[in-house]
Amino acid sequence: MNMKLATLALGAALAAGPALAELTFTSLSYRTGPYAANGIPFADGYADYFTLLNERDGGIGGEKINLIECETGYNTEKGVECYESTKGQGALVYQPLSTGITYQLIPKATADGIPVHSMGYGRTSAKNGSVFRNIFNYPANYWDGASIAIKHLLDLNGGDINGKRVALVYHNSAYGKEPIRTLEELAKKHGYELSLLPVDHPGQEQKSQWLQIRRERPDYVLMWGWGVMNQVAIQEAVNIRFPMENFIGIWWSGSENDVKPAGEGANGYKALTFHNVGSDYPIFDDIKKHVVDTGKAAGAGDQIGTVLYNRGLYAAMLAAEAARTAQELHGTAAITPAQMRDGMEGLSITEARMTELGMPDFGPSFTVTCTNHGGDGYGAVSQWDAKSGSWSLITDYMQSDQDVLGPLIKADSEAYAAENKLEEKKFCP
Amino acid sequence: MLYREAGDYKTSYVDDGQSFPIKFDRIGFYAVLLVAFAVIPFLINSYWVNAIFLPFLIYAIAAIGLNILVGYAGQVSLGTGGFMAVGAYACYKFMTGIDIWIDGVQYALPPINIFFSVILAGFVTAFVGVLFGLPSLRIKGFYLAVATLAAQFFLVWLFNKWEWAYNYSASGQINAPERGVFGIPVTGPATEAWATYLFCLVFVVILAFIARNLTRGSVGRKWMAIRDMDIAAEIIGVNPLRAKLTAFAVSSFYVGIAGALFFSVYLGAVEVGEAFGIQKSFLVLFMVIIGGLGSIFGSFAGAAFLVLLPVLLKNVLVGGLGWPTDLAAHLEFMIVGALIVTFLILEPHGLAQLWRVIKEKLRLWPFPH
Repeated sequence: MNMKLATLALGAALAAGPALAELTFTSLSYRTGPYAANGIPFADGYADYFTLLNERDGGIGGEKINLIECETGYNTEKGVECYESTKGQGALVYQPLSTGITYQLIPKATADGIPVHSMGYGRTSAKNGSVFRNIFNYPANYWDGASIAIKHLLDLNGGDINGKRVALVYHNSAYGKEPIRTLEELAKKHGYELSLLPVDHPGQEQKSQWLQIRRERPDYVLMWGWGVMNQVAIQEAVNIRFPMENFIGIWWSGSENDVKPAGEGANGYKALTFHNVGSDYPIFDDIKKHVVDTGKAAGAGDQIGTVLYNRGLYAAMLAAEAARTAQELHGTAAITPAQMRDGMEGLSITEARMTELGMPDFGPSFTVTCTNHGGDGYGAVSQWDAKSGSWSLITDYMQSDQDVLGPLIKADSEAYAAENKLEEKKFCP
Repeated sequence: MLYREAGDYKTSYVDDGQSFPIKFDRIGFYAVLLVAFAVIPFLINSYWVNAIFLPFLIYAIAAIGLNILVGYAGQVSLGTGGFMAVGAYACYKFMTGIDIWIDGVQYALPPINIFFSVILAGFVTAFVGVLFGLPSLRIKGFYLAVATLAAQFFLVWLFNKWEWAYNYSASGQINAPERGVFGIPVTGPATEAWATYLFCLVFVVILAFIARNLTRGSVGRKWMAIRDMDIAAEIIGVNPLRAKLTAFAVSSFYVGIAGALFFSVYLGAVEVGEAFGIQKSFLVLFMVIIGGLGSIFGSFAGAAFLVLLPVLLKNVLVGGLGWPTDLAAHLEFMIVGALIVTFLILEPHGLAQLWRVIKEKLRLWPFPH
C-alpha cells in the first residue's frame, strides 16, 4: 500500500508535465529487447530530424518541438502505458513502430481524437480513410509490399510466374500474417504456388523452416521478419546455399543489421523499400552541422545513413510536413491533435518539396486524401552488396496492383466497420 | 496494542468462523474496501487505470489462482500464460457470439453480456485446466512443471493456428468490441476510467473472498494436506484425485478470468504469442513466490510489487531524472532483479511472511515485554 501511495504521489507530481505551448511529438521507441537492433536506428533518425528542425529552423512554423521518448520494448503492455502517459501531454501523432501496438491504439486513439501514423506497418485496411478516420499508413502498406514483391518476380520472369513456387517465411504474429491474404489472391491471378512457413517470436529458432525450404526448393522466398528473426533467416538461407537474389524481404527485413552477420554470403539479398538509401543527400550535411557536431545526436550517433535511420528520418519528415500543412490549413502555429489529423489528411509530398527539404528523390511523391489514407502504394527493390557494405535500389518505384488490393482493402475495412458498429458516416465529400 | 485478540470475545461459532476473526483486521478490510469502492473511482484518470490499477487487479486474480495451485495444493504449474489465453479467447468467442458449424449450417449464440462472458470464460479455462491437470495424478514436482510447460506451448500454438478461435480475422488478432454492463461500456475504446476499474474490482473482491474462504475450509485443508505429504493425506481419507483436480479447476478458473479481463478490459486487442507467452507464466509465478506461497494477501502484494515497481522506476528515472529511456529500461531490469534476489534471501517466504512478522510485532507494540 505504501508503494502505491508513493507511486500516486510521484505520478501526480510528474503528470503536471511541461507547458503545452510547444508542438509535442512522441517516439514510442524500443532500444531494448529482441527487436532493439532495428528499433535503435529508427528512433535515432526520428529524434535527429526533430532536433535538426529545432536547431536550424527553430521548430516548425516558429513553434519549438518537444519530443517525448518512451521505451516500449516492443511490448504491448508497455505500449499502453506509454500511450496513456504521453497523451495527456498533448501528443500530436503516434508512430509506435509495432503492428501489435498499432492494433491496440487504433480504437483508443480514434476515441481520443489523436492521429496514428503507421508508416509501412499496422493495419493495412486503415488506408480506407472513410472508416479509419484517425489512422494513416502512407506512403505504402504490407499489401502493397506483397504486390510489389510479386511484381518484381513477374519482371524477372518476363511477366509469367505460372507454376513457380513461392514460400513466405513470416513472423507468426499479426504483422507476419498481414500479407497472406494478398499473396493468396495474387496466386490466383498469376498462378504461382504459395507455401507458408511461420516463425514464432522472437525467431531465433528457424532450423525446421529452412530445412523445409531446402527440401522443397521453392523458386523464391519472401520474408516478413523483424528484429533478430531477420538475421537468423538470412544466416540460415546462406547455410543451405539458397540463391540470395531469389530471397526478398519486406522493408522491415532489409537493414544493415540484418545482412551483416551473414557476411559475404548475404551478397545479393533483396529487400523492398519505400524510400531511398544511403547518406548522399544535402540534409545529411545539415544533420552533421547542426545535430552531430553540436553533440545533440540521439543515441550513440553511429547509425546515421543506415536504412532504418533513414526511415526514421523519413517518418519524422512526413510528420513535420503534416504539422506544417495543419498550421497552414488552420492558420495557427500551436496546433491540436485534431488539427494535426487534418494536416495529415491534406498532406501532399511533391518532388519539389523534397528537394527543398534537402531530400531530393528520397521517396515517392504522393497525396493523401480523405478516402485514401495510404498514399499510392509505390515501392522499389533494393539489393545488398556485401563487398561495399551498402544497399542500392535496383528498380524504379513501381506501383502495387491496385485492382487486386482495392477490393481487399474495401472488404477488410468494411468488416472492421461492421464489427465495431461504425457506420460509414459521411466524413468525406 | 494492535491486532490483539484479548478482549475480542466470540460468543457463537458463526462469529468465531468469520473471514477476519480479529476486529482490527476486519476494520482494516472494510476500510480498504471503502477506499477502493468509494474514493479511488473519483480520483483516477485513464493513466492511473491503464498503467497501474487494471494490471494490478488483473494480475492479482491470476496470482491468487496460481497460488491456489502452487501455494496451497503444491502442484507446480508453468502453464499460466496458456490458461490466460484460453480465458481471453473464450471470452472473445462468448462476447462476439459463439458459432458452430454442423453439416454446413451455422448455429450461433447471440453475444453474451460481458460480465457473464468473463465468468463463462473462467469455466472453460477450468475445464481445460482439469484436462492438463490429469498428469498431476501420476507425476510430481519438476516433471509436472514440464507437463504444464507443454500446455503453455500447445495452447499458444493452438490459438495461433485455430482460425475459428479468432473469428477468421486476417491478422490473427482478437479485438474486443464495445460491450457494457447496465449500459455503461467497460470494453472497447470509449470506456470511462472508473467503469473499467470498478468492473475489475468487483471480480477481484468476489474472487479473493471466495479464495480466502475456500482455503480456510475443508477443500483448502485437503489441498494443503496433499501439498505437505500426499501419502499421509491419502491415509487420513483425502482423495488425491479430487483434491488435485479441484485445485487445477479452481486455479484455472481464476487464471481464466484474469486472462479474459486482461484481454477484454485492459488491452482490448491481443496477439496470443506476444501477450500470453512463456514470460507471462514466469511473471505470475514470480508474483506468487515474491508475494508468498499459500497466502491470499501475498498474491496481492506480489502483483503490486511486480506491476508497480517498473512503472515507478520508469517514472523516477525517465520522468524525474531525465535519463535516456534505454538506460532506464536496462537499469529497471537490474534493479527489479536485484531487489527480488535480496528480498528472497532476506525473507524466503515472501512479502506475506513480512506482513505476518509485522503483525506479530504490532500485537505487542509499544510494550514488547
